[in-house]
Amino acid sequence: MKAEQIVGVAVPRKEGQEKVTGRAQYVDDITLHGMLCGATVRSGIPRGKIKKITFGPGITWDEFVIVTAKDIPGKNCIALITDDQPCLADGVVNHPEEPILLLAHANRYVLPKAVEAVVIEYDPLPALFTIEESEQQAEIIWGTDNVFKRHQVEKGDVDRVWAKADYIVEGEYRTGAQEQLYIENNGMIASFDRQHGITVWGSMQCPYYVHKALMRLCDLPEDKVRVVQTETGGAFGGKEEYPSMIAAHAALLAMKSGKPVKIVYDRMEDMAATTKRHPSRTRHRTAVNREGKILGGEIEFVVDGGAYATLSSVVLSRGTIHAGGPYDWPNLRISAKAVATNAPPHGAFRGFGAPQSLFAMERHMDHIAGTVGVSPVEIRRRNFLKTGMTTTTGQTIREPIDLDQLLERGLALSDYRAKKERFEKENQRGTRKKAMGIATFLHGAGFTGSGERYLASVVGVEGCADGRVRVLVSSTEFGQGTKTVLCQIAAETLGLTYEDVQIAQPDTDEVPNSGPTVASRTVMVVGRLVQSAARGLQQTLIGLDLLRDRYSRDEFRAACAKYVAENGEFKSWAHYEAPPGIFWDDEKYRGEAYAAYAWAVYIAEVSVDLTSYSVTVDDFVALQEVGKVLHPVLARGQVAGGVAQGIGFALYEKVVWQGGRMQNSQMTNYIMPTSADLPPIRVYFEELGNVHGAFGAKGIGELPIDGPAPAIVNAIEDALGMRFDSIPLLSEDIFQAMTAGSAPRNESGTPQGFR
Amino acid sequence: MSPLGAQCEVSFVVNGEARSVLAYPMERLLDLLRRQLGLTGAKEGCGEGECGSCAVLLDGALVNSCLIPVLQAQGSKIVTIEGLAQGSQLHALQQTFLDCGGAQCGICTPGILMAACHLLNTKPQPTLDDIKEGLSGNLCRCTGYSQICEAVAEAASHGDDG
Amino acid sequence: MRSDPAEYELVAPGSLTKVVSLLAEQPGAWLPIAGGTDVMVQYASGKLAAHRLVSLWNLPELRHIEVSDSEVSIGAGCTYADLRAHKVIELEFPLLTTAARWTGGIANQNRGTLGGNIVNASPAADSLPALLVYEPELIIVSARGERRVRYVDFHIGYKKTLLAVDELIRAVCVTRGLTGYTSYARKVGARNAQAISKVCMAALGRLASGVVDDIRIAVGSVAPVPLRLLETEHSVRGEAIDPALVSRAAEIAVGEIRPIDDIRSTAAYRSAVVRNLVTEFLQGLIADRQGA
Repeated sequence: MKAEQIVGVAVPRKEGQEKVTGRAQYVDDITLHGMLCGATVRSGIPRGKIKKITFGPGITWDEFVIVTAKDIPGKNCIALITDDQPCLADGVVNHPEEPILLLAHANRYVLPKAVEAVVIEYDPLPALFTIEESEQQAEIIWGTDNVFKRHQVEKGDVDRVWAKADYIVEGEYRTGAQEQLYIENNGMIASFDRQHGITVWGSMQCPYYVHKALMRLCDLPEDKVRVVQTETGGAFGGKEEYPSMIAAHAALLAMKSGKPVKIVYDRMEDMAATTKRHPSRTRHRTAVNREGKILGGEIEFVVDGGAYATLSSVVLSRGTIHAGGPYDWPNLRISAKAVATNAPPHGAFRGFGAPQSLFAMERHMDHIAGTVGVSPVEIRRRNFLKTGMTTTTGQTIREPIDLDQLLERGLALSDYRAKKERFEKENQRGTRKKAMGIATFLHGAGFTGSGERYLASVVGVEGCADGRVRVLVSSTEFGQGTKTVLCQIAAETLGLTYEDVQIAQPDTDEVPNSGPTVASRTVMVVGRLVQSAARGLQQTLIGLDLLRDRYSRDEFRAACAKYVAENGEFKSWAHYEAPPGIFWDDEKYRGEAYAAYAWAVYIAEVSVDLTSYSVTVDDFVALQEVGKVLHPVLARGQVAGGVAQGIGFALYEKVVWQGGRMQNSQMTNYIMPTSADLPPIRVYFEELGNVHGAFGAKGIGELPIDGPAPAIVNAIEDALGMRFDSIPLLSEDIFQAMTAGSAPRNESGTPQGFR
Repeated sequence: MSPLGAQCEVSFVVNGEARSVLAYPMERLLDLLRRQLGLTGAKEGCGEGECGSCAVLLDGALVNSCLIPVLQAQGSKIVTIEGLAQGSQLHALQQTFLDCGGAQCGICTPGILMAACHLLNTKPQPTLDDIKEGLSGNLCRCTGYSQICEAVAEAASHGDDG
Repeated sequence: MRSDPAEYELVAPGSLTKVVSLLAEQPGAWLPIAGGTDVMVQYASGKLAAHRLVSLWNLPELRHIEVSDSEVSIGAGCTYADLRAHKVIELEFPLLTTAARWTGGIANQNRGTLGGNIVNASPAADSLPALLVYEPELIIVSARGERRVRYVDFHIGYKKTLLAVDELIRAVCVTRGLTGYTSYARKVGARNAQAISKVCMAALGRLASGVVDDIRIAVGSVAPVPLRLLETEHSVRGEAIDPALVSRAAEIAVGEIRPIDDIRSTAAYRSAVVRNLVTEFLQGLIADRQGA
């Protein structure tokens, strides 16, 4: 019996039935016997010393479990990279909403009043709220100079290009904070007993990050900490590092009380206290010849990391490497830094630095076009990377990517030329201006450089007693289709049916560390390891003559069942091996930054209504080359969802800051698009394959959020003949620019503390 | 009249079953469904009637259960996501959501299925604009709505095999 | 959920008479709650000052629409869904139907009531400008009896109305017979659905031989109360409608409003949008006159 094709087919989502029937169990659906509810008392100021804590009147305090920094058995930090972030503030606070102490009670309804009744007196210190304030260093709020991390990229000889340039084009581009806005708020349940140690269940992307953090915090060995991922209602990076914090809080309360404790945030708390996309400022200075070919340039890329280092160095890294876009830079200098401000730490959000630097690059390309006097299409054509050329970090493009042809296909799909012509005529009359905008970009999949080697991911595939097979990974499902695709891969590798393959719920007692579910690495890197581990099962059975080289599904199942009956546990492990020829220099930031890049052409059709100054996206074409599409429905869903978030990033989602605190921390006032705001998002794929990825796949999770914002703003500039270099771009910003006569830096351009 | 701080008995029919509960009159219907009745399908995404993930049908009308004090549901007929399928037979919408990729992380799915159900009950042949309007009170962060709208249109086209 | 249900009381006497008796017996002690779309949001965020509530939900005396020859009487307990479903309202008072469609999403339209929104008196409520131009009378009821009040007089300050502490709105009565009018409604918000308006406008205009015979323009979200632009109307009424008149009227409109900067938008933006919407409405009248 020949194995049917499973990879590349729209098989049913593994956990789909549970989701459409309402049976899926998210953390707040779970109750443990004797469980208490936990709540967090947080800083009301951006920076200062804690002078006094008073437990106010009107509350029966001895009914409450109270935890402070003094209750932390191990190190008071959320272990991640730099370990500078305390779990609970101890004497000083560095951002609004910083956790100071924890309360728990059996009745969740009494907690809000109790939280309000804890009175904290501070000696405030001056605080910094913007990139510029951080740079000015009127205060040093972190390290010696407010800088978490720097990167420097040097390619060729930049200082010599200026003299040869026919044009020197400059620009400054800004992006604001963006809230991930998963519809399921952060939540964790923790329990503790002396025998088993700590167990936590909750909404998360990276069980082993939480595991490591709890070991350090509670001073417990590996086998006394167990982390289990519950069904997770959206994450998008927002549950990459933050879950360690809330898990730590629940664990401390569980340890102190001896009872299970659940902490689930409401929307206001989640928005105000947890991570957001790093605000950014990018400055370009580019030497261009008469034909519009880039001779070289300087890019300064800065991200605002908030009060603690958390993941800022890595966000900076990705943003830096992507800052040059899909273009040939014979000479390039990128100076990048992540700086500290007194806001809640910013963190991972789909794209992870690339949406920020690619916004700048794609806006800048249209400016170069305008300066030189060629079209946005032509300027890109003249600068596209081609096979054999090198990227910003000197990585040679080996695959046969043809961005010219991809662009041409995108233009045809969006009817770009005909529409542009029609709009130019129609825009001469009436109060609605329409235009088309393009973004062309790339996204590297997997951890940067030697990151995957450092992760040293391990994957297991288990043969079960009934002859079925179970995938063992710490990679989590949160809507993107992890479970489905990894089962497809295992099934097809082994010649089984899709239904023959199950996947274990990520539980650190049961699954190995296959690395975090981030960086668009799951299908490509972990999927490939699933293939290897699956082959390991095959090889064992064949080696024992329980199976021939060519076998049927039934034969495999029988052989597997026989093995288990005779030997007990049947597990095969695969360990990550870096592909040969991948060299990365972390000092010089040169070499093969990523094992594979996906490439994209996104085209937006927008209308600007001049009576309300509002922008509508009327049509959106998202065309990308992704190696191989392993599941057409899931892949399309990833792109459409990412595009929707990118549209939000450009036009709708503004964080209003005051004194480092988010003022609009409710869904009424933090605006994401509804179904009534978005056009059908048209998704198309090309497939060139990828030698490093499972079944030729590259990562696609983050790519789609890189393109929409610059494509849309490019279109708006074309519609209005006005320059906008900052997002979010709200109606008020367009109005202000139109009436000011020029396009001054608008409010969105100063991400924090503008009032 | 019950004095301040006293619970009262509230009776209604949930998914075809008569239920009687003791609850504070200002307890939210959402909390009652989830905690007392164990019907955890309805979710709390925002607590302010903006996201629709708590949506249920109350006397046939789509409502946000986070905004309803349980006393006001006295005597009503409530249908939650758990009542959409008939035994093991999925509702046409549930099936098309599975087929078309309408559910990704699944947290908005119960609410959006109830909204879609309500839409098809009131407009069995909806246009795309009708679908967008019908779902405009349900926020989905994962899908960008495209595949959800397709799933609803697909279920509508199956019409009377509903 | 930042309030404790154990600290609240909610009673549902079940009839209008019983409710007004309660309000009379203990004036100011009981907060009426209809569909809950405003009150329950305050409650969940821990900001509801009142701890005793009396339910108006589904009171038969409040939830019906009566059509007579001269007027349509809309019970204050009618939901926005009830309004949308009513054919006479759709035909003769289309601005109300449009406003109902704009209010929240379907789920909130199934619960939000006209009376609730009027009494909550948010200047941003979408249906209030439409009511202002239709100039209804409110039937206000208490244990002391009934009185009629012109809606245009009802809002006296930010979230302050003519309603006494023991009173309820029983019905909203709009007079029929509006013929020959051009209707105009626009809401400008942060997105196309589920949005609190930044500017919301409803307007009626009627021309007779190219001259403005009657004109009514109302705007929300640009003052502490929903506002009829009486000066703007005055500048246009009785005049021949032409581009110069439109331009002047739009400027007068900007002078009449009192927009603010708030978390949603800016005063300058709101002013500009009002100017543009007034212009758009009046230009539409010109077009109508030209039979365009």
